[in-house]
Amino acid sequence: MGRYVVRRLLQMVPVFVGSTLLIFLMVNVMGDPVAGLCGDRQCDPATAAQLRREFGLDQPRWQQYATYMGNVFTGDFGTAFNGQQVTELMSTAFPVTVRLTIVAVLFEIVIGVTLGVLTGLRRGRPVDTTVLLLTLVVISVPTFVTGLLLQLLLGVTWGWIKPSVSPDAAFGELIVPGLVLASVSLAYVTRLTRTSLAENKRADYVRTAVAKGLPRHRVVTRHLLRNSLIPVVTFIGTDIGALMGGAIVTERIFNIHGVGYQLYQGILRQNTQTVVGFVTVLVLVFLVANLLVDLLYAVLDPRIRYA
Amino acid sequence: MRGVTHARGAVCAVAVALAAAGCGGGGSSSGTGAAVLSSSWGDPQNPLEPANTNEVQGGKVLDMIFRGLKKYDPRTGKATDMLAESIRTEDSRNFTIKVKDGWTFSNGEKVTARSFVDAWNYGASLRNRQKNALFFGYIDGYDKVHPARGEQTADTLSGLKVVDDRTFTVRLGQKFSTFPDTLGYAAFAPLPRAFFTDHAAWLKKPVGNGPYAIQSYMKGSQMSLRKWDGYPGPDKARNGGVDLKVYTDNNTAYTDLMAGNLDLVDDVPAAQLKNVRSDLGDRYINTPAGIIQTFAFPYYDKAWNRPGMEKVRTGLSMAINREQITETIFDRTRTPATDWTSPVLGTDGGFKPGLCGRACEYHPEQARKLIKEGGGIPGGQVRITYNADTGSHKEWVDAVCNSINNALGNGKACVGNPVGTFADFRNRIGRHKMSGPFRAGWQMDYPLIQNFLQPLYYTDASSNDGKWSDADFDRLVDRANAETDRAKAVTLFQRAEEVVRDNMAAIPLWYQNGSAGYSERLSDVALNPFSVPVYNEIKVS
Amino acid sequence: MPEQPYEPERAIAGTGMGGAMDLGASEAVTLEPAPGGAGAPGPVGRPRSLWSDAWHDLRRNPVFLVSALVILFLVVISLWPSAITSGDPLTCDLAKAREGAQPGHPFGYDGQGCDVYTRTVYGARASVTVGLCATLGVALLGSVLGGLAGYFGGLWDAVLSRITDIFFAIPVVLGGLVLLSVVTSTTVWPVIGFMVLLGWPQISRIARGSVITAKQHDYVQAARALGASDTRILLRHIAPNAVAPVIVVATIALGTYIALEATLSYLGVGLKPPSVSWGIDISAASPYIRNAPHALLWPSGALAITVLAFIMLGDAVRDALDPKLR
Repeated sequence: MGRYVVRRLLQMVPVFVGSTLLIFLMVNVMGDPVAGLCGDRQCDPATAAQLRREFGLDQPRWQQYATYMGNVFTGDFGTAFNGQQVTELMSTAFPVTVRLTIVAVLFEIVIGVTLGVLTGLRRGRPVDTTVLLLTLVVISVPTFVTGLLLQLLLGVTWGWIKPSVSPDAAFGELIVPGLVLASVSLAYVTRLTRTSLAENKRADYVRTAVAKGLPRHRVVTRHLLRNSLIPVVTFIGTDIGALMGGAIVTERIFNIHGVGYQLYQGILRQNTQTVVGFVTVLVLVFLVANLLVDLLYAVLDPRIRYA
Repeated sequence: MRGVTHARGAVCAVAVALAAAGCGGGGSSSGTGAAVLSSSWGDPQNPLEPANTNEVQGGKVLDMIFRGLKKYDPRTGKATDMLAESIRTEDSRNFTIKVKDGWTFSNGEKVTARSFVDAWNYGASLRNRQKNALFFGYIDGYDKVHPARGEQTADTLSGLKVVDDRTFTVRLGQKFSTFPDTLGYAAFAPLPRAFFTDHAAWLKKPVGNGPYAIQSYMKGSQMSLRKWDGYPGPDKARNGGVDLKVYTDNNTAYTDLMAGNLDLVDDVPAAQLKNVRSDLGDRYINTPAGIIQTFAFPYYDKAWNRPGMEKVRTGLSMAINREQITETIFDRTRTPATDWTSPVLGTDGGFKPGLCGRACEYHPEQARKLIKEGGGIPGGQVRITYNADTGSHKEWVDAVCNSINNALGNGKACVGNPVGTFADFRNRIGRHKMSGPFRAGWQMDYPLIQNFLQPLYYTDASSNDGKWSDADFDRLVDRANAETDRAKAVTLFQRAEEVVRDNMAAIPLWYQNGSAGYSERLSDVALNPFSVPVYNEIKVS
Repeated sequence: MPEQPYEPERAIAGTGMGGAMDLGASEAVTLEPAPGGAGAPGPVGRPRSLWSDAWHDLRRNPVFLVSALVILFLVVISLWPSAITSGDPLTCDLAKAREGAQPGHPFGYDGQGCDVYTRTVYGARASVTVGLCATLGVALLGSVLGGLAGYFGGLWDAVLSRITDIFFAIPVVLGGLVLLSVVTSTTVWPVIGFMVLLGWPQISRIARGSVITAKQHDYVQAARALGASDTRILLRHIAPNAVAPVIVVATIALGTYIALEATLSYLGVGLKPPSVSWGIDISAASPYIRNAPHALLWPSGALAITVLAFIMLGDAVRDALDPKLR
């Protein structure tokens, strides 16, 4: 187990360097960020040159990357164009997005798993078909349409919620955005639970449990569910990283000032420091989440051994 | 006099500490002054230094926390003295400026001649890389503190001299008769010592001399401004303060307004204009602003610069149905342009409706004819470049293209060419990568006809993105700037504008209005000619 | 019974929004062939291959039949949109902007005064092209790289798997914003290229897993013992048996690529005019949700039905190919 973790941690290093380099190059492809700083006006060349010097943009690309990564390891993620430390942006953005992600994951677990169990146990019945169709509809409508629709209906027409989220972004305000963010994954969780449950229902240990005369309720919760949830847990674990980085659309619609918002702003303003900094953290979250999921896998399923 | 003001300031500070009672307007309406309104905002792109702020969102804040030598009247746009007691000149080149007594910054420091001279020197110096440094370009010695290339050889502008506590002189590099009227621009604001001594702290919480003081600033999400009770100026705040909330999408801001979550939206999205009347009734305002939208052309591209192309450009202009687009897409928040300036200048100030004549009207047949005579559209297709990230430009560019296509009877004569980000858009302009007409919006810096012509069409001017150049135009502008008689100067500028027209250097599209919607709590809401709400006049119930 | 290393459903997650994040779970799992896996004899009579077995199932599955018909219809109107509309999607009359349905124009007009029906019909081409080409590209690149990694193992596997992880770690929408914001081309290819670039790791994972599974089968060992070359083993013996999971995931991913195109348009970096696509129309109509809901409804509906059809097809194919569910 220990050796496995060490190996995985070592494998993370090239992935981390590669991903950050990749995003660094991608953002650099976008061109000279200084041009956009002067409004509908050409920056005068002297000021532009001064700005480039200040942000290190006059250095060769590889050197910019090396300097940047060197700074990152000392905890300095650079400065955004509005003069703000990127770490400062992170300290306001990440807590908001983490809360949003928690809400979304809770929705995935509560609604997704419940519906999955319901349909998995009643495979082929009308309930099953209806829920299955519903999940398909959820998957097939783009998130921004769902988001705008919910915002309009719940926020304005019926006035149940505030259409936007305040800078504090308390849990209560994040319910609807969290639901929108979770919607696609939620549909997957439902289907995954259903499939997994249906598979395991015919497994020998379930048959044994039933034959032993255990009550149905106990068979489902103790035997069936525990084993069927393994792939679901895996999915949700790996989804955390995706939810945090993928909230660009949701955060934009509901005016949430989280990671997605900062990334979107950063890209529009070609703010290399912000974008690369946030993606670096997201990559780390992604790598660690994956490792944890794999370890969790072994805990849940004793048949799995790590070499 | 000075003592009196000070004493009043102190009394107010105490009053606020005790009961949060309003202290403005000489004791009138003290009860209503306490309420705070919330307003939509965009995250300023640059640090909030006066000479470093070149877009509306940062400008909004500066307008609340700073007062300069001049202020543009929120209704007429006329430059009136604010901190300036007098600005005198004999020759339109040497100016003597006297600052009024009794003004302080909200931290108590006195506003003196030095507050201005230091601020201007800071703004001009290359070392401080202020994006609006070019506004000081008229002042003598600018080439030393801000050379086009190489190291700067001076730290201060030789054209600025402090005479005494309240007087300083300005010497310009050339004659510029309307120079005093440019001094209402935010870049010319005075700065307190704290700005220089503890810059980082100042940036975290800027301190100025305007009717509001910043209470807290959460970068990227919210700024709380509160009425500064010691404000000595005549335009005191009539509300307790303003909370500026950052929105990424103005549709969300509008939705929030309707849900009662926000008091003021100063940019009603085009998509909501259809229902704004039913949503808000008369809580919707739509007033002219000093903004004109045009199409510029890449004159560095031979295909667009050969003789005869002015006919093609004029033809394209005549293929655009401005009436219909402003009506349908913008719901009359734009007015079809008939010259290259803006109605907010007033006819005295140089606005001349109809100067463009038939060339700015929709005449599809003549459009076809002119384009044919001029040798046709280069490459057979017009690609109108714009940035897709902000300002919902896609809609109107698509509408313009449809109009051109319909007029020319060719479904592919014109297509929009969106560029993903504004930064990239500016990049392509800067590197002369435009292959056809491109969006050129101009928001005036100060309400002078000079500002609508010189920065945009003068040879190598800062915003002459198409690199248009015409000797006649340049000559006329030079003459106009040197002219001391205002009316004569305006006539000369208009003659220069005619040169622009005869060459169709840029296609004028429409004058942009400012539009705003507000909640039932507010009254006396108005937008100034810069389409910024006049916050200090708003009353909150 | 050990878990199959890959859950197809799990692997497609996130292609609609954010990165499909699925790293290394396979490495943790002991890999064994699924019982009754590929090549198992059919229930009755002479042994049938997995494929004929699946086909036998599919022909009787109403879900498959309906979705296949819808897809066939979409392909036909993508090729010949003029078959069901006489209008021109680029001819628009601003005077008619946002008008509702009227004779000859059953879906009404959009914000530019274009006929919504005509644009919805013509929009199918771009969306279907994006979906099909991106899936094809992703499937090819992913299976080749994943297959090589799985077959050769060792250093190959280590290097290729790390590269896969690198691309996997970039959130998809974010990558799209960055990469596509500099594109000026008005064709569908940059969008497709971007989807292939950031989409292949998903397939690569699955291909790798199923190749590892297939490699352990007796007939592969037999072929190797008989001296068959690597190429021959890969192409003749492994590929046909490892391709099923790839097909399943690819079909479902196809739907998500079509939806992703719309999301990119919403963020201003999708297809560009004069391309006509559902994504462009949906994002243009979305601010008008209150004034002209019909302009949003029809292209969204068409998009949803298309995505639905592909996902249902993928579902049906999966059910048919997965012997565990039979």
